[in-house]
Amino acid sequence: MKTVMRFAALVMMAALVAACAREVTPEPAPPEPTPPPAPERPVETDRLDPRDFTDARNLDNPDSLLSQRVIYFEFDRSNVRAQFRPIVDAHAAYLRANPTARVILEGHTDERGSREYNLGLGERRGTSVYEIMRASNVPSRQIEVVSYGEERPVCRESNEDCWQRNRRTEIVYTAR
Amino acid sequence: MYLPEKLISTSASTGKRVARRLILLGFVLALLPASAWSQLRIEIVDGVEGAMPIAVVPFAWDSSAPEPATGVAEIISANLRRSGLFDPMAERDMIDRPTRPPEVRFGTWRLLRVDHVVIGRVTDDEEGWGQEIEYHLLDVHTGRILLSQALPVAPGDLRFAAHRVSDAVYEALIGIPGAFATRIAYVVVTGTGTGEEVFELVVADADGHNPQTIVRNTQPILSPAWSPDGRRLAYVSFATGRSNIIVQDLFTGQMRTVSSERGINGAPAWSQEGRELAVSLSRGGSPDIWVIDVDGEARPRQLTHHWSINTEAAWSHDGRHIYFTSDRAGRPQIYRMDRRGDNVTRITNEGRYNARPTLANQDRFLAVVYSDGDNDFRIAIHDRETERLRVLSDGRLDESPSFAPNGSMVLYAARQEGRGVLAAVSADGRVRQRLVVSEGDVREPAWSPIIR
Repeated sequence: MKTVMRFAALVMMAALVAACAREVTPEPAPPEPTPPPAPERPVETDRLDPRDFTDARNLDNPDSLLSQRVIYFEFDRSNVRAQFRPIVDAHAAYLRANPTARVILEGHTDERGSREYNLGLGERRGTSVYEIMRASNVPSRQIEVVSYGEERPVCRESNEDCWQRNRRTEIVYTAR
Repeated sequence: MYLPEKLISTSASTGKRVARRLILLGFVLALLPASAWSQLRIEIVDGVEGAMPIAVVPFAWDSSAPEPATGVAEIISANLRRSGLFDPMAERDMIDRPTRPPEVRFGTWRLLRVDHVVIGRVTDDEEGWGQEIEYHLLDVHTGRILLSQALPVAPGDLRFAAHRVSDAVYEALIGIPGAFATRIAYVVVTGTGTGEEVFELVVADADGHNPQTIVRNTQPILSPAWSPDGRRLAYVSFATGRSNIIVQDLFTGQMRTVSSERGINGAPAWSQEGRELAVSLSRGGSPDIWVIDVDGEARPRQLTHHWSINTEAAWSHDGRHIYFTSDRAGRPQIYRMDRRGDNVTRITNEGRYNARPTLANQDRFLAVVYSDGDNDFRIAIHDRETERLRVLSDGRLDESPSFAPNGSMVLYAARQEGRGVLAAVSADGRVRQRLVVSEGDVREPAWSPIIR
């Protein structure tokens, strides 16, 4: 029962994050991870356990938390909120299981305030994800933090709805 | 009786300086022609009540070179008008066109309610390689000549020479040096939303003319900073996908990466003598202020050692202190330390948000990005003498203040109808200008020192 509820919570979470992500204007396209080599035979998604965070196929499986790569933050804050913690944990599990995988944690802010201060704030957001991953024993050589501050918004209107989507850390795979 | 009270003759060294500047322009031109849209158009939003009436009479053209479409007098008039402190007479209203002091009929100008008259001539210089501007500033009420000068002009340098004349006239009448013979750097962003965003770092004369693209990139460029001699720009580039600090020589076009540490390399600020840069580096885990040697000879020195964000260094006018932004007390505020990083003092107490400090008038004026809430970010000046705060701008997302070298105006970035624009406001808030490009967003303005 407990497991079922946890799973239900995860699915709800994923749906929430997906709903959030869908609203994001795709331009400019955030750097996309390089696609995995084409499988020899079609992927049997029905056999794939979305909770298997060691399986690279789940990075592209919309049913898996591993396909979620954006953590959102409150204004002028950099702590990872509880609802985003499972996403970070899923990627930490993947990185532990795949020692050749590499990620860049891109920290971003909304447009308010000064640009250089926002570079610092963006880095802090990347770093808080980095620290959670390090605490789950991901080796530091697999993770790098890069702050873009307010320079790479995904949404360009000056309102809270847009700002919310811009205050984020993106987990970008440079090697899977 | 028209003997000038002050006649500054053409000196060989001035000639050389002018020639050097010309070469500088040529080099930059050879690098990258500026995009047509990157030229700024400057509009006056507010001027001063009772601005000084002045007539800049069209200068006589006694040169063998072809006469330019925009005359020297027209450039000077436009400059003086933009300052907000002058009300130059329209050329068509001038019923008299003197070009030499004995020709000035003071009674006529008094009837036209003009206080001062500027007259002059452009001639070929004696050596035959360039030109010379001879000009005079006269007080209509006393009939006295306030200023007479002969200024050498290298070929193609007439506009900038007109800016120097504007500076001299401004100083003679206002009492502080003008800031017309200066340049501004800014970042123009085009292609936003197309997936092919282009960032250009542009340098133009302070009146928006002669824009030159210094570097063009598909990754962000920010925080341009002028070296004290106006010859080099330091800026932050993400060309490699990570932030780096670049120093680019405008004379040769040469680019050098001066800082590429792990983490943030940001917020460069030149020391007074131009040998060091105060920067913000996060190689220790969080952004701290460091001082690096521009030529890489001395080892970097770490000035702040704090877990908070420490960035946006600004040197005091005597180079003995560094002002910076830190959120060590929870919110960004301005702090000051000595050049060794000791004696850290909090400077701003008013407002929830104070960032990006920049100084003028021997550090009396501290301009910042200011907010008393979370939503409206404006440019404010803390007057360190009276300890009063003046909010100068009225936007919601104003940022990146940069003083004119004479402290008269603050240039800053704002958003207007969803577009990035530049604006300028006088330090007393009375004069306002808007600077727009025809396409794209313009941001990150930096006003140069006086170009000698």
